[in-house]
Amino acid sequence: MEGFNVAHLAAGFGAALTVIGGALGIGKIASAAMEASGRQPEAAGDIRTSMIIAAALIEGISLFALVICILLALK
Amino acid sequence: MITETIKAVSDSLQVVEHGAEDTSWIVHHILDSHELFGIIPLPEIHLFGLDMSITQHVVMMWLALIILVIAFTKTAKSYKISRAPKGVANFLEVLVLFVKDEIAKPTIGKGYEMFLPYLLTVFFFILTCNFLGLIPFMATASSNISVTASLAIISFFVVQIGGVIKNGFFGYFKGLIPHGVPTWLLPIMFVVELLGLVTKPFALAIRLFANMSAGHIVILALIGLIFILKTFIVVPVSIAFALFIYLLEILVALIQAYIFTMLSSLFIGMAVHQDH
Repeated sequence: MEGFNVAHLAAGFGAALTVIGGALGIGKIASAAMEASGRQPEAAGDIRTSMIIAAALIEGISLFALVICILLALK
Repeated sequence: MITETIKAVSDSLQVVEHGAEDTSWIVHHILDSHELFGIIPLPEIHLFGLDMSITQHVVMMWLALIILVIAFTKTAKSYKISRAPKGVANFLEVLVLFVKDEIAKPTIGKGYEMFLPYLLTVFFFILTCNFLGLIPFMATASSNISVTASLAIISFFVVQIGGVIKNGFFGYFKGLIPHGVPTWLLPIMFVVELLGLVTKPFALAIRLFANMSAGHIVILALIGLIFILKTFIVVPVSIAFALFIYLLEILVALIQAYIFTMLSSLFIGMAVHQDH
């Protein structure tokens, strides 16, 4: 196992796990938003705005992990 | 996307003999460089040991500055002629009213007029920088961590100074801690709230930087896939995916400008009206 670059492997695994977490979180938000819009279609505009804000915040977190993976992959 | 293809072609021709193992050309197109558009060299200025050279991202920020100044002075002048805006004033009025009614008023509440100029500046500057990065042969200034960190630090100071002005110096720090906290928790709560004050701008900076860089990296990687696999079969798939990501990037440019402004005004609102 000499000369085996673990940093690249770790970067790949890190990116994959991050994507799983982010996709789960955003999926839950989207499903809640769809359900709420179905119950009260008049509030669909407000719900859509809140959904986009929450999705962008979750994506921000997954991009923190992505930045670390890129730093690892560039080693 | 055209520029990334041309640059990808010219760089991959050099890398092809090594079997395209070297992917550093992707990073080379994301980072700041001392040559404008890769051809015109820019001056390197070193002042007091700090590197103050004029790089590509600095020129992009100046371009955004010129575009915004021209657009908004024209808008302001057109209001002297008639209250109903025409032309570019019409379009900008929609965005300005959006920032005022959807971002500033709901989150800051009373006294939002003091912070509205700063919020408008940040929104339009980030929007222009993001959109300039999508034009072929231009670079994204907001994909540079220094630019986003500077914007986040300025937001931090606006939040703190706004909170101190409205609540008094000691009143602001006392108001950080919520009511009904038992006395033995107070030291820990104070430290936690102080840390929270610092991590929020940090998250703002990294969110904008990572969102802007990630879009460009994905497009470059998808187009570079053609040269790594060295077949023609992957070309339509790769270009189709790259086009989809490009359209997504336009959406992300708008959303990230909105999120930065919305979070800045949320923090201002929390600092100014400290009733938990």
